[in-house]
Amino acid sequence: MPDYNARELMAVAAARKINDGEIVFCGTGISMLAAMAAKHISAPNSIIIFETGAIDSQLEEIPMAVGDPRVMYGASSNTGLADSFALMQNRTTGRHVVGILGAAQIDKFGNLNSTVVGDYAHPKVRFSGSGGAADVASFVDRTIIFMQHERRKFVSKVDYLTSPGWLDGPAGRRRAGLTGSGPSAVISNLAVMGFDADSREMFLEAYFPGTTPQAVLDHMEFSVDLSRARELEPPTAAELKILREIVDPQRLILGG
Amino acid sequence: MLAIDRLHSNQGGMAPTMDTSTEKVMDLHAAVSRFVPDGAHLSIGGFTCNRNPMAAVYELIRQKKTGLHLYAHSNGQGVDELVGSGCVARIEIAYAGTGRFAPTCIRFRKAVESRAVAVEDYSNYQMTLRFLAGAMGVPFMPTRSALGTDIIRRWGFSEQERRSDPRLPDEKLVVMDNPFGAWAETERVVLVPAIRPDVTLLHVQKAGRDGTARIEGLTFADVEQAKAASHVIVTCEELMDAGELRSQPHLNQIPGIIVDAVVHAPHGAYPTACYRYYDYDPAFLNDYLPVLRLRPGLPERLPHRSHGR
Repeated sequence: MPDYNARELMAVAAARKINDGEIVFCGTGISMLAAMAAKHISAPNSIIIFETGAIDSQLEEIPMAVGDPRVMYGASSNTGLADSFALMQNRTTGRHVVGILGAAQIDKFGNLNSTVVGDYAHPKVRFSGSGGAADVASFVDRTIIFMQHERRKFVSKVDYLTSPGWLDGPAGRRRAGLTGSGPSAVISNLAVMGFDADSREMFLEAYFPGTTPQAVLDHMEFSVDLSRARELEPPTAAELKILREIVDPQRLILGG
Repeated sequence: MLAIDRLHSNQGGMAPTMDTSTEKVMDLHAAVSRFVPDGAHLSIGGFTCNRNPMAAVYELIRQKKTGLHLYAHSNGQGVDELVGSGCVARIEIAYAGTGRFAPTCIRFRKAVESRAVAVEDYSNYQMTLRFLAGAMGVPFMPTRSALGTDIIRRWGFSEQERRSDPRLPDEKLVVMDNPFGAWAETERVVLVPAIRPDVTLLHVQKAGRDGTARIEGLTFADVEQAKAASHVIVTCEELMDAGELRSQPHLNQIPGIIVDAVVHAPHGAYPTACYRYYDYDPAFLNDYLPVLRLRPGLPERLPHRSHGR
């Protein structure tokens, strides 16, 4: 048995995707782990920002929400929503932002639903709604998406399109009037998915140790290209040590 | 009658006033009963588990307000208590959740699924811009946010409902080509309509008797929400001499002239956080769901703490 859990692997897989010098837009939960881990592992010069207004936060302790006052720790400046979202689309800083998002449903073009399951007017399940997700997905050049890998979550068509991915294909965003690029990766509890440079459709980039490409497909409503798949390198001892001892020693997000 | 005159005469709500008095302190009961009638268009400040104006929210519940039209960007506990207590008829919001404690607000979810409240969805930035437009006195603000999504295509309030209610803009939002050609590398924008609440409720760290208010830490969209409203009720941890706040004006965000009522309400954001005074209460927020499950009749509020300060 490997001595790490799925959340640890997800956080490490996401941290590896963050490039040094990037500005990381953080949501609530595992994306904070990834952003903090990246700063300590692969991207020491990355910058963490929050829609609530903390810019270049040092994050001493894991915040329980983006509204948690802990996001302000060691920040370069403290503002509000208007300033923070401006920074995400401003021509100087906007192009360096990588957004980390999550959702209830995702389709093959990386469009996200965090609003309802069922019809919008008569929802079967109501979720929180966009928050800043639609803003980030609209503005920034790159997004990384965290998902639980289940058939009802990787769907042929999202019940409500809250946050734009590649919309209906390579020209979708441009046609809609969106600048910037769409999602670059999906990190689930089973796999890392990429998006094809030409078709902008999701493909299997890597599957987690202990699973198989077919097992990943079995957890999806739509099918994806498996030909480029490889097994993901497990987290190293050094990565796990940082995650457990520096990033989330209380295991608030890493879990038991 | 000209259309513009008809619009003005139909605005409803309370006429905006400017209160330059230096003594605005009153108790919570007086402030809420004076400035928040049933059916008021209400905006509440704070964000998810931080600086929700809970004391004022609980007072709205105690006074059994009904038919409120609620505006928030990302609000958690305040929205959930108001919706769960049956005070709210319609809500315009970007996100209803309390972070890790309730990724979706519990009673909000139930009310939307059972259609006990009507909901209109926007994004956080769109809501922020809508408050800013209200604060500026312009009808709308442009953004690229959410182009191509169902936030643009799906409306919660019907076209007919919007056209028959003078308090609502006729459209949820409008997509248009950039009238300046391709200036700023933008082909298309979405226009989001101004929000003009009757009253905004804020909880702040420090306020003066004249309404001057100081928020410590993240301001979220509180300043825009206050400036967009006809009336503002500020609850505060510390009631200060206005002169003391005015001796360091660079630390204040809310000018007294836009505030109508100042209420001294220590722990007024509890169980949400108030930076430099107290953290959110994880025990309370974690108990919220199981307590609601034990009492499926939906308690008016969690009884053990909502009155106490």
